[in-house]
Amino acid sequence: MKILTEHIDVPGIETIDVFCQHGGYQAAEKAIKKMTPDEVTEEVKKSGLRGRGGAGFPVGMKWSFLAKPEGIPRYLVCNADESEPGTFKDHYLMWKSPHTLIEGMIVSSFALGANTSYIYVRGELMYVIHILEKAIQEAYDKGYLGKNILGSGYDLDLYVQPGGGAYICGEETALLESLEGKRGNPRIKPPFPAVKGVWQCPTVVNNVESIAATSWIINHGGDAYAAVGVGRSTGTKLISASGHIRKPGVYEIPLGITVEDFIYSDEWCGGIRDGHKLKAVVAGGSSVPILSAEMILNTVNGEKRLMTYESLSDGGFATGTMLGSGGFIVMDETTCIVHNTLTFARFYHHESCGQCSPCREGTGWMDKVIYRIEHGKGRKEDIDLLVDVAKKIEGNTICPLGDAAAWPVAAAIRHFRDEFEWHIEHPELALQPGAVYMRPGASWAQ
Amino acid sequence: MEAKNTKVFPAETLALVQKIMKRYPEGKHKSAILPILHLAQAEWKWCSPEVMDYVASLLSIAPIQVYEVASFYTMFHLEPVGEHVIEYCRTGPCCLMGGVEVYDYLKKRLGIQTGETTADGQFTIKEVECLAACGWGPVFQIREKFYMQLTAEKVDEILDELSK
Repeated sequence: MKILTEHIDVPGIETIDVFCQHGGYQAAEKAIKKMTPDEVTEEVKKSGLRGRGGAGFPVGMKWSFLAKPEGIPRYLVCNADESEPGTFKDHYLMWKSPHTLIEGMIVSSFALGANTSYIYVRGELMYVIHILEKAIQEAYDKGYLGKNILGSGYDLDLYVQPGGGAYICGEETALLESLEGKRGNPRIKPPFPAVKGVWQCPTVVNNVESIAATSWIINHGGDAYAAVGVGRSTGTKLISASGHIRKPGVYEIPLGITVEDFIYSDEWCGGIRDGHKLKAVVAGGSSVPILSAEMILNTVNGEKRLMTYESLSDGGFATGTMLGSGGFIVMDETTCIVHNTLTFARFYHHESCGQCSPCREGTGWMDKVIYRIEHGKGRKEDIDLLVDVAKKIEGNTICPLGDAAAWPVAAAIRHFRDEFEWHIEHPELALQPGAVYMRPGASWAQ
Repeated sequence: MEAKNTKVFPAETLALVQKIMKRYPEGKHKSAILPILHLAQAEWKWCSPEVMDYVASLLSIAPIQVYEVASFYTMFHLEPVGEHVIEYCRTGPCCLMGGVEVYDYLKKRLGIQTGETTADGQFTIKEVECLAACGWGPVFQIREKFYMQLTAEKVDEILDELSK
């Protein structure tokens, strides 16, 4: 079941002619010519589509919060600042099939009554920005953008805005600050962007994948979308698969397949690379809790874990994790969890905007303490110190970057404490090149 | 200050700047800072105070408004850099794919450390965080181009080609 990527490998799909030959822009035409904005929103609500950037908030509901005061413009801003380590799905979709996003922008903008919309793309993807701009020009030339689209009286201008290299701008209020030409410091909510967003006007911010899915929903109906998936995890999800698997890449999966299938089936990751065993997985981008092989494959009740929002979070943070952005990072037995956690801690330290003390200071502490553990200078009390710092960041910051920084450290210690202890107690062994701790009796130990 | 400033975009870029400023509602053209800083860095390789002052003059805003933005976003070089800036991903998923070893090789081959520029001014190495290409790691970027699935041999090929 492919909704977003059915035609992604068709040669020339990045051009509007080939895109239209494969059903492109039918949804834009249907929405604008045959439906009202409320009807479009209703279909999206029915679909159960949830925000694909990581939070999983229902898209239709987010749209319904948009304030609509008379005489004040409303904006749709697409969040294409994809920067969560392990996540590269939006990069892939925009690079291969830019019109999939552009058509979704037209459908979504129409539903929201926005006449100007922006796609905020991380600046490092400048080549993708050029691809999008070329495709947008094609859409203008064909009359799908601009004034009086398809003779309907509806106007829409669409622009691409580059970021400048800042993970924090993936947080929606930081993104809006950045779009206003400022430093990407998140805003205090409320007011929410739906009431006061960019330039203090009502604004909806949605992820690339969420917006792209709206076209299919309009073509086939919200019910058809909701028929795919399991429970409240409807539709398909792009999963960015990386790490020690045979076939890294971006896969569109129907939500609800088992994690085991996703890792081992030839249709998806193709299993762990030859001669190696699964040790751990970070299932939804660097910020979600890491789980050991046993925990990611099965829930604590012994059921097979599914690729859904609910099943991945089954057991809470004690034994579960999150679907997040779908950044699925697979690690085999050669992986040093301490080193991997260090790269994540360093990442959040580097990317903290510095606005809130718990995050600004705490991410630095965690980075430095894990650095000394990794480099043979760890102290016995360091592990509890890390847990303490993580706890003091969590929930105490304006935006979720604090939580995102605290969770991976807390989870690595929760599930791999013995590995941290080994580094501290046996630095002479841990400092050997390529040395990795083997938990006695673990499924991944030789 | 303006009188001394010798930085001026070519006419074609200036026309693009005018076009970019029209993407935003009237009076909100400060939003054009990031796109214009990218154009400026493409033109002059790094964002010197002179370059940032020029960007401020184009937008009719105070220079500090450009400095505070340029210093927040990691893509803007606030110090001189070499002809080719190699921006190397150091985050977890690339490390899993052998990124640390390839990075060590790159530094050894160029004889420089992170943040340094080779004596001939050809190469600067910068460590960056995740480039959203994790499935194709290890990865580095030079200007707009991504170099993926790097190995020591590939690093040699790329550097040899760029050194020609």
